[in-house]
Amino acid sequence: MPDTKTAESPPTGARPPGGGGLRAGRIPIARLRDFALIPAVIVIAIVGQIVNPIFLQGDNLINILQTMSEISLLVLAQTVILVTGKMDLSLESTFGLAPGIAAWLTVAVGSGAGLGLLSGGWSIPITLAVGALIGAVNALFIVRFGLNGFIVTLGMLIVLRGLLTGISGGQTFFNLPESMLYLGSTLWFGVPVSIFLCLALFIVGIVILGFTRFGRALYAIGGNLDAARAAGIRTDRVLWIALISASLLAALGGLLLSGRLASVAAAQGDGAIFTVFAAAVIGGVSLNGGKGTMFGAFTGILLLYMIQNVLTLAGVPAQWIEALNGAIILIALVLSRLTGGKAQE
Amino acid sequence: MSPAPAARSGEQVPPIAEAAHITKRYGETVALNDAGITIRPGETHALVGRNGAGKSTLVSILTGLQAPDEGEVRFGGDASPRLADRDAWRERVACVYQKSTIIPELTVAENLFLNRHDRGGLKLISWQTLRRKAAELLDTWSVDVDVRRPAGELDVEQRQFVEIARALSFGARFIILDEPTAQLDGAAIARLFTRIRTLQEQGVTFLFISHHLQEIYEICDMVTVFRDARHILTTTVAELPHAELVAAMAGEATGLQEPSTRQAVPAAAPVLLGVRGLSAGDVYREVDFDVRAGEIVGLAGAGGSGKTEVAETVAGLRAADSGTVEVDGRRPRPGSVPSALAAGVGFVPRDRHQQGFVPMMSIADNATMTIPERLGGGGFISNRRRDGLAAKMIDNLAIKTPGPELPVMGLSGGNQQKVVMARALANDPRLLVLITPTAGVDVRSKEFLLGKVEEIADAGTGVVIASDELDDLRLCDRLLVMFQGRIVAEMAAGWHDHEVVAAMEGVDLDA
Repeated sequence: MPDTKTAESPPTGARPPGGGGLRAGRIPIARLRDFALIPAVIVIAIVGQIVNPIFLQGDNLINILQTMSEISLLVLAQTVILVTGKMDLSLESTFGLAPGIAAWLTVAVGSGAGLGLLSGGWSIPITLAVGALIGAVNALFIVRFGLNGFIVTLGMLIVLRGLLTGISGGQTFFNLPESMLYLGSTLWFGVPVSIFLCLALFIVGIVILGFTRFGRALYAIGGNLDAARAAGIRTDRVLWIALISASLLAALGGLLLSGRLASVAAAQGDGAIFTVFAAAVIGGVSLNGGKGTMFGAFTGILLLYMIQNVLTLAGVPAQWIEALNGAIILIALVLSRLTGGKAQE
Repeated sequence: MSPAPAARSGEQVPPIAEAAHITKRYGETVALNDAGITIRPGETHALVGRNGAGKSTLVSILTGLQAPDEGEVRFGGDASPRLADRDAWRERVACVYQKSTIIPELTVAENLFLNRHDRGGLKLISWQTLRRKAAELLDTWSVDVDVRRPAGELDVEQRQFVEIARALSFGARFIILDEPTAQLDGAAIARLFTRIRTLQEQGVTFLFISHHLQEIYEICDMVTVFRDARHILTTTVAELPHAELVAAMAGEATGLQEPSTRQAVPAAAPVLLGVRGLSAGDVYREVDFDVRAGEIVGLAGAGGSGKTEVAETVAGLRAADSGTVEVDGRRPRPGSVPSALAAGVGFVPRDRHQQGFVPMMSIADNATMTIPERLGGGGFISNRRRDGLAAKMIDNLAIKTPGPELPVMGLSGGNQQKVVMARALANDPRLLVLITPTAGVDVRSKEFLLGKVEEIADAGTGVVIASDELDDLRLCDRLLVMFQGRIVAEMAAGWHDHEVVAAMEGVDLDA
């Protein structure tokens, strides 16, 4: 038992100050993890170049970036949600339905299922509005009513897909208004706008997730919801914003694809969600939330599309690409498990 | 002895925190009954009491997580802020809980400044500034942790220091430590105490909650004892002998303790359970004991003493690192419940909601879960046979239910526990292992269950009861008290409450 408190306790400064010497100049391991896929990307680039010298030519690289630009927005959106520890399966249906409704309302009567109710200029606002609305419905179910995100968005996936089939009669919308085509088909300096847009959005995503309180709140919520709430984060509001932005991004991605293909098929986006999840997880985003970066997710989808491109260039028959894709996803997961050291969550 | 700081600073200084005449009810249960505590600036104040005394409820009221039904909380003489105003509460009081409130995936620096990150141009977070400020903060309070590490990599001790530093950074100078030593080893506890003393000099006030009374004598100035949701006493630690503190916690002997009517177990009775040299890491070490046919042996101990884990090892729920468990001459495979069942062990687990039953399945399904082989052949189950067996059990244990097909979640706590007991008895065990068998059970069911245990023992079954409830342990022929993983005392029937409580808390009554 201490007789006097002063005699026993060392002065405050007695302990060495926080190990400052050790800290200097060490690259945190967490940083390195962000770049985990870069070696793989380089290896694939070399393999691609050996398989077919076309691979590293500008046209081919632009081709890869353009074909992945639309779906990469889904990866961007999904990453935002996964970081909070939730998931949104319905993004792939939003990807089809949002531009689908815009086409339905603006395409002239007589051309497929178009109603021709509104002028072409409305198409982009409608696409985005539909996206935001779907996000709000998801948020209502998941955040407000506390329902399980997996089941809610699975239901939404089916409902939204059915709506698109319903309004289109299962057919494809053609003769889209000019404004719908612009983002997906215009070139700036010889490079499609969608590539600029996709890269710009990823940079914004990296900044928001890494350097804003909102972005860090997403991680805090995914890591420990109670602790986030205790730190004064308005968790519900953050989740609402995350879910709505994600659907908005999915709608934008759909718009890009519709613009590139000059059509909206009833099956637009069908099955894309599996690639999206695979890309995010390969890119180091945890399905349990709280872990992963936007840059990692980008390298994930980039890697998948590069591999696909190499397979095509190698002359692998189209019928086999699906099976190979699935195998590649599994191999990539095993590799990231081995390099990451920890069990996949 | 350290003088009470109140005396130093004079009575005029208002208490840094004060809870007066607090009453809090949860449905039928009264968690706090007109209880209160007064904490003066600069002191380290201990709050002690046995499980269910109301400590946790008081902490959640003092930290603004819950509002009291009656009474009020004051800080520095002023009324407490609104419950919704978290920031205001955080400036006044902080609590380091046993359960961590850090986010493991984020770095230490970010955890310290979560949602109040430093921002530079464009309102973007400046990680450099953040890390520098975090390092400065930890330096100020002499916490030696690299702020770039993910918080999940910290050990319990480092995490506590980080949480204390975070609490101080909000401006709070009153910190509640909720059983901070429970998961620490001796050296870490010593470092924590050094830290507490240093902070105390710097003007930080602590409310220290601990199960280990020895620690209170080591670190605290004042002590407040709660018992059965009431305030019992507050005094300076120095003026309170160990025995009186234990007596205050244990309470007076409530009414007449019924004299044990149990016959002594004949020395010739065969040994049903032999535990030899059982060790598992830090959890328990070198545990040896025997249980004979017809004998009831109690394993007493506070939380973290290892009693639960020893009982679970006997039941096959976990495996020991070394040592053996022999049941009725056989050695069930360590860590295998089926093997323990086959050896004749019946088991009532610690938490019935978690391990005791499947809430949505019927009483019949739950009660016969351990004996599928008696319900039919070839992997099939005969519903008729199952309900027949279940009806017998319902009868035997007086479970109040319209029939065996009722889901267990529809029953009261006492009847649920009877179903768990029925499940344990279903395979006619030679050895019955019970962990806190009467937790959350009404008095009548409690008496009934304990009476049943006695009846079963009289029929020649060996019984082990692991519990910290003295009422559960009264019927034991022998009581083994565990403290920090070891058996520290063995008592024959007829022990006094305060002896057992003292041994459970690791206090030497003669000190």
